[in-house]
Amino acid sequence: MMTDLNKALVEFCLRIADNSLIHAQRISEWTGHGPILEEDIAMSNVALDLIGQARGFYTYAAQLEGNGKTEDVYAFHRGEREFRNKLMVEQPDNKDFGFTMMKLFLNGCFDYLMFRDLMKSTDETISGLAAKSIKEVTYHVRHAGEWVVRLGDGTPESHQRIQNSLNELWSFTNELFEQDSIDTLLISNGIAFDKENVRNEWTKMVTEIFAKATLSIPENTNYFATGGLKGVHSEHFGFLLAEMQYLPRMYPDAVW
Amino acid sequence: MDSNHQWPTWEVFTQKKQGAAHEHAGSVHAPDGEIALLNARDVYSRRQEGVNIWVVPSAAIIASSPEDSGSFFDPANDKMYRSPNFFKTADGLKQI
Repeated sequence: MMTDLNKALVEFCLRIADNSLIHAQRISEWTGHGPILEEDIAMSNVALDLIGQARGFYTYAAQLEGNGKTEDVYAFHRGEREFRNKLMVEQPDNKDFGFTMMKLFLNGCFDYLMFRDLMKSTDETISGLAAKSIKEVTYHVRHAGEWVVRLGDGTPESHQRIQNSLNELWSFTNELFEQDSIDTLLISNGIAFDKENVRNEWTKMVTEIFAKATLSIPENTNYFATGGLKGVHSEHFGFLLAEMQYLPRMYPDAVW
Repeated sequence: MDSNHQWPTWEVFTQKKQGAAHEHAGSVHAPDGEIALLNARDVYSRRQEGVNIWVVPSAAIIASSPEDSGSFFDPANDKMYRSPNFFKTADGLKQI
């Protein structure tokens, strides 16, 4: 039997891994469709970084759970309600490069702060995974941030479109900081950190870039999306999973 | 898309290890230097090719033209004494 602490740790790992995997799946939709060759390669690189992060946390969760669990079981043999990613990353990009960059930027700033704190985790596997991931995320934030600035401070059309992306994605930002009793237990053991502590820093990070980009954070947002922690997703998620999981479910014994 | 809408090209030079010379790796399209640097990183350093990158606007490179080759390069043909081939070097020395 797993201890309550280990159960919480598995859930904690799955939340991080699911978020990175689903984000990667969305970004990988650009492969072969990027606006220019260089960005196409860049986005494939980012997706692979995120898949690597997901694998690390899935593998640790599988190790804690035992029972023959593997990273593939988590990625390909769970249903919609079992995924713990935040709703922001599952939103479809609709071939809007600015939307993808805004999403990568908003989520990336949070991941940067999260991994920075997790590097101090008393759990050595978690702190090790965080130390590896933070280098990748630092680059994602820089890459996406540069594009947010250029599109925001670009032509009237690019400004309007990226402002629209920000308006649409802003209602998904509150969920970045959501936490529950699982986090509380891990925080009290020095394994995780209070997400509320980084909210101000996150706001400062994004506000600085938005000032350069001449973008404004939407005021009076009266609805914030929620549900990822409980596996309640938006209507787009089922389609994403159907595509991502098709092959291993259709051909369960398929190998490279 | 006509050529007027292409971003300018930048020549990419990567350094394999500290102290080594930067070598030409290829080129990228980018609207400005910072994006050129990021694109160069994504295109030319994804397989651990380098520890440092330079990008230079392609337009900033002044190249000799094929017509120059006679006056530029042929005069060196018969001046072997300028090469260091005649010096004895220690065994195992890889480069001078």
